[in-house]
Amino acid sequence: MYVAVKGGEQAIENAHAWLAEERRGDTEIAELSIAQIREQLSLAVNRVMAEGSLYDPDLAALAIKQARGDLIEAIFLIRAYRTTLPRFGASEPVDTGEMACDRRISATFKDLPGGQVLGPTFDYTHRLLDFKLAADGEVPEAPMRDADLGDVPHVTEFLNREGLIEEAPYDDTPPPDLTREPLEMPAERALRLQALTRADEGFTLGLAYSTQRGYARNHAFVGELRIGAVPVEMEIPELGFAIEIGEITLTECETVNQFKGSKTEPAQFTRGYGLVFGQTERKAISMALVDRALRWEELGEDNVGAPAQDAEFVLYHADNIQATGFLEHIKLPHYVDFQSELELVRKLRREAGVDQVQEAAE
Amino acid sequence: MTDYNFAYLDEQTKRMIRRAILKGLAIPGYQVPFASREMPMPYGWGTGGVQVSAAVLTPEDRFKVIDQGADDTTNAVSIRTFFERTAGVKTTTKTTDASVIQTRHRIPEEPLTEGQILVYQVPIPEPLRFLEPRESETRKMHSLEEYGLMHVKLYEDISRHGHIATSYAYPVKVEGHYVMDPSPIPKFDNPKLGDMAAIQLFGAGREQRIYALPPYTEVVSLDFDDHPFEASKADHPCGLCGAEDSYLDEVIVDDAGGRMFVCSDTDYCEARQAAGHRGKDAA
Repeated sequence: MYVAVKGGEQAIENAHAWLAEERRGDTEIAELSIAQIREQLSLAVNRVMAEGSLYDPDLAALAIKQARGDLIEAIFLIRAYRTTLPRFGASEPVDTGEMACDRRISATFKDLPGGQVLGPTFDYTHRLLDFKLAADGEVPEAPMRDADLGDVPHVTEFLNREGLIEEAPYDDTPPPDLTREPLEMPAERALRLQALTRADEGFTLGLAYSTQRGYARNHAFVGELRIGAVPVEMEIPELGFAIEIGEITLTECETVNQFKGSKTEPAQFTRGYGLVFGQTERKAISMALVDRALRWEELGEDNVGAPAQDAEFVLYHADNIQATGFLEHIKLPHYVDFQSELELVRKLRREAGVDQVQEAAE
Repeated sequence: MTDYNFAYLDEQTKRMIRRAILKGLAIPGYQVPFASREMPMPYGWGTGGVQVSAAVLTPEDRFKVIDQGADDTTNAVSIRTFFERTAGVKTTTKTTDASVIQTRHRIPEEPLTEGQILVYQVPIPEPLRFLEPRESETRKMHSLEEYGLMHVKLYEDISRHGHIATSYAYPVKVEGHYVMDPSPIPKFDNPKLGDMAAIQLFGAGREQRIYALPPYTEVVSLDFDDHPFEASKADHPCGLCGAEDSYLDEVIVDDAGGRMFVCSDTDYCEARQAAGHRGKDAA
């Protein structure tokens, strides 16, 4: 005899209790603190801040702890929290030219004003598991020198001075806000960049890689990659001027891409741009490549039908919170739809006479 | 949960959603873009419906949530609990007692009445999406009433299978203009969409669209003169309450091909059993 499935409520409560226990793991092992995650898993924290669109290392660390290290789940927690925050104003645009750079490299010039700084990078590490780290995490102190306090001009400015790279016209139109307006097509570049900076790192990386392999190929040089802290200023209405309210770490990537010229316009390099919260350089470089690919129309290039050129395809599928939600919803019951398909398939088969539908022993 | 506003969303957001709802009611079947918010449940799990419910609920409302017709499926339980916690509204499983009903994939069997609101969770609001993936194109097609592609698709179904091979999310035409996706309800439920006394609101969170059917709207399921629309269901009475007129779930009861058919609308089935109706599998 069939008994209707009851007790969903109890099942959910029990599942949550079990989840909490699994999250904690073996209680013989010391519990992770938020500070440990923030300090020692900082690149995970950075990714969660970037794709969660909320710059708060402590909350990101909490989200990672709560999500058992599932970064997309952590990003989801941050997004859901972010959306409840009241919005009391907007900062002034940050000036990355004022960045206190921890890292600054250029692949286009051997040396340049402000110098190159490798900074804390994995780049030239040999990827050998460090078994010593398993036993002892203490590290010798890294050598230090005083920071150069001079200006760190953008590399693309040097090219711009000679007219070798397309002009990036100054524009102070307030950008559209993806989090307050529905995404609608066609999307202007400011909106595309906004979507890309919070886009899934893996998706953006895959698209960027596809442009390198010939799907809308447009060879990119990393004109400059810089990582460091920039001050955030906000105009306070009561004061009538902007004051510094804090600082955030950003990764900025400017690519110098192959040029096009025409009879009327001399050949010029073109630009791709990436700007992401935290130390997130894989994402920033990917973003710059995808940005460049999406600009085919304004640069008068051919649409070769590559995925990375297709703004609708890229922007509607780049958000991992949307994607994972819809993907995973197929776990939910679909009895009703399935039943209607079942009836239809049975009917079509019956009419085609392919088999005698076996009525169940009832 | 005093840290959050009544029904979770802040009043500004609710106002934005209510505007979209009003626009939707003014242009029945038209998909109104709205700035969907991240909700504390995943996209694809009813965030559109939840936002619409949050925008229409008042403290006096009595709220019912069904998924697949049932009040006790896990996601229905989860959404009902969410509003119990964030809005403190009274909830019910009785269709007739509810003032707002949020649903996924079904329309209750009991006819709804004036003053009730039925909120649908919608995964893909665009009926033309699987014929034309581009939003910029489909919006154009709607504004020009360019629905030839849809008719060709239905025609191809008939030429291939002898029938229109769509059994759920069956497209409808609203007041002679917009072709609308009724959400993945079985086509059995389609006839209930038209001339309904209640307000019907459709929320698609991930896709950022809201659309609506005001009471007593004309809603016609697409078909051809020689292949008229047919609402279908399993050809059995309910095993528990004996109902001949309700949509049925098929339940496998053993591993020897045994199965039984029961109402998918649990409230309808229970009310009938309470009134003394018995199906052949009833205890």
